[in-house]
Amino acid sequence: MTEPNYLKIPKKYKLGILNWLLSVDHKRIGLMYMFTMFTFFLVAVFIGFLIKLQRLFPEASGWEIIPAEMYGQVFTLHAIIMIFLFIVPGAPAVLGNFFLPLQVGAKDVAFPKINLLSYHLYLFGAIMAIVGVLLGGADTGWTFTPPYSIQTQTISIFGVQFNSISWMLTAAFILGWGTILTGLNFIVTIHRLRAPGMTFFKMPLFTWSLYATSWLQVLATPVVGMTLLMIVIERFMPVGFFDPSKGGDPILFQHLFWIYSHPAVYIMILPAMGLVSEIIPTFSQKTIFGYKGIALATCCIAGVGYLVWAHHMFTTGMSEFAQFAFSLLTFLVGIPTAIKVFNWIATLWRGAIKLDPPMLFALAFIFNFSIGGLTGLFLGSLATDIHLHDTDFVVAHFHYTMFGGGAFGLIGGIFFYFPKMFGKFYSFKWAKISFWTLFVGFHWLYFPMFILGVNGMPRRYHTYPDIPLFNKLQMISTIGSWVLVLGVILIIGTWVYGILKGKVTEEANPWNSSTLEWTTTTPPTLYNFPEVPEVEHEPYDYGAFLGTASEGGSHV
Amino acid sequence: MSDTLNPEMTQVPEMEEHRDDVGARLGFWLFLYTEIFLFGVMFILYGVYRNKYLDEFQKAAHDLNKVIGTTNTLILLFSSLTVVLAIVALKKGDKGKTRDLLIVTMMCGLTFLVIKSFEWQAKFHHGIHLQTASGIAEGHGSPLLTPGDEMLPQGEVLFYSLYYIMTGTHALHIVIGFILILWTTIKLERGSIDKDNPVVLENVGLYWHLVDVIWIFLFPLFYLVS
Repeated sequence: MTEPNYLKIPKKYKLGILNWLLSVDHKRIGLMYMFTMFTFFLVAVFIGFLIKLQRLFPEASGWEIIPAEMYGQVFTLHAIIMIFLFIVPGAPAVLGNFFLPLQVGAKDVAFPKINLLSYHLYLFGAIMAIVGVLLGGADTGWTFTPPYSIQTQTISIFGVQFNSISWMLTAAFILGWGTILTGLNFIVTIHRLRAPGMTFFKMPLFTWSLYATSWLQVLATPVVGMTLLMIVIERFMPVGFFDPSKGGDPILFQHLFWIYSHPAVYIMILPAMGLVSEIIPTFSQKTIFGYKGIALATCCIAGVGYLVWAHHMFTTGMSEFAQFAFSLLTFLVGIPTAIKVFNWIATLWRGAIKLDPPMLFALAFIFNFSIGGLTGLFLGSLATDIHLHDTDFVVAHFHYTMFGGGAFGLIGGIFFYFPKMFGKFYSFKWAKISFWTLFVGFHWLYFPMFILGVNGMPRRYHTYPDIPLFNKLQMISTIGSWVLVLGVILIIGTWVYGILKGKVTEEANPWNSSTLEWTTTTPPTLYNFPEVPEVEHEPYDYGAFLGTASEGGSHV
Repeated sequence: MSDTLNPEMTQVPEMEEHRDDVGARLGFWLFLYTEIFLFGVMFILYGVYRNKYLDEFQKAAHDLNKVIGTTNTLILLFSSLTVVLAIVALKKGDKGKTRDLLIVTMMCGLTFLVIKSFEWQAKFHHGIHLQTASGIAEGHGSPLLTPGDEMLPQGEVLFYSLYYIMTGTHALHIVIGFILILWTTIKLERGSIDKDNPVVLENVGLYWHLVDVIWIFLFPLFYLVS
């Protein structure tokens, strides 16, 4: 009799759900994040669907899906859920929690109890945000830019005025502490708990990406936390840190906000890049091209990405030198990013490519992210930014990188690790159908928004004048959103069906992948590895891996 | 749990606490970084607004009581010393002395808070609270402001706002530090911290030093540069 897997360990509490909510096992925490995050994701997708529906109708048509005075609350809610509850915790919270200890050969993260505390903070902050929505939400946009965020009042569903914006800000502060503690935990885990033989340059690339991400989380999040709290203070007390009518400086808020919120986009994208770096060599059965290049590029993106925040503020009237410097630094981020894309494509070259569902998502990531990244250069250059600032172009660019990149990477990663996590297979046929639906719907929805933006359609507007070009493109985009929603539902459906009724597997390494996490049993036991693994070869050494595998020996 | 047919099942233990002092220290240093960034935001605000309203900042700083500020600085410096001595005593295995020194540290923290509260009260008494700046009090509905109160110019309001919020956040950290030391003392009495396992006390000591260091920066910025 072998040790039971982590899903089947004996119950500690009679009430079933407590065995999950109070478990300090990193694998269970990862799954809890997954279920909570994707629940919120579905809610926010639905809200996005409503926003797109509203945009179907020009002002002259007289149709209104969302009343004009509620529109601000609705798009803010979409953004707050998607950003703070879904994509910022994102891949680190789900797959990082689950697979970081497995990838470095540890029993758990460094501080299992703090890991659970992170999840509780996340859950508490999320519930607080939802209650805040019932009390009136926020209509400031997710950026909470003062002085508007100091003055505005929203009406709750009960028809009473409540200080719900302070409530939402506090929720964001609490969620922030959840991410900080996760980042702290991962850094210590990577420094202290690597298995014997696993040097830094033998770590898998997903672990590298988590390492860079964690530093960003620890160094950037406290800044925004305190800044948001100061808005709360301003709403309650008659002080004016950011209110120009009382001597404050609202531009200063924007600096402090973007000092976090720009690195935050790398918090969202780097782990997805890490997942792509895992998937591509596995489904090409080939050593990754330029392993060190990708690892160092990851750190470069994090480092330079920390210093580009003011490119969000080119229209606020900074000094010309500052504009020049921030524009230049923004362009520099393109270099390590391009190195990564180049290396992924070079890995495909002469590989034994197998187009299984995870690989489809990884390839789509490269495609989508290239479009998202290159349009980012339009926004990073000073002259074009003045024209494109605050238009649908920005919205399209952001969704191409965060949804087409971050979320596609995360979904692909879950398809990749699904058998290891649940010991079951999903239906390949439905996974592929859902992939193509999502992929087609995604471009259908967001590509027209680039053209809309270039032609001057502002973002965050409730409606637009009756111009034939706008009408046509908005209609195309809205119909695309229906396809995209169908794709999301199909993906979640494929997962749920797979978890409930999928084909059971105990195969340790179904994809024939060479990294450490695939050597343990499926699903893993409570302590991950029966005995402490010894690492001998580099993570993507498919030569050594395939050679020894054919001899039937252990390869790690 | 008591599945006698399956002895392995009962062997799945509670998540065992693995002990890694270096890891615990590394984690705590990272946490201290986040605290510094948190305060850093407020220091940036101070720098920007001092630059913008230099005269008013100087005038307001002149009105703060330097004697109280200096006393509090000395008290905190002394308490940092006692924490260090407590750690040294613990490493020598002198449990009683460690406990006494920790109690002295807590007393210093309390004294600091008491003095701080007198200082704040005196400010309130003189009508200096988070007032609205001149000309815009009307309609803001400040609960602290009674009609007829003299209103301060914008720069001084910002100075006092930062003063209250920065020293307030700092005082909150003193309270947290006090609770942490109390918790450590209880752990010490129960024997879960000792000569061979001092990392908790070391980390709490680091936290106390951080609180101290932040005050070392607050003190000159608010009391001395006038």
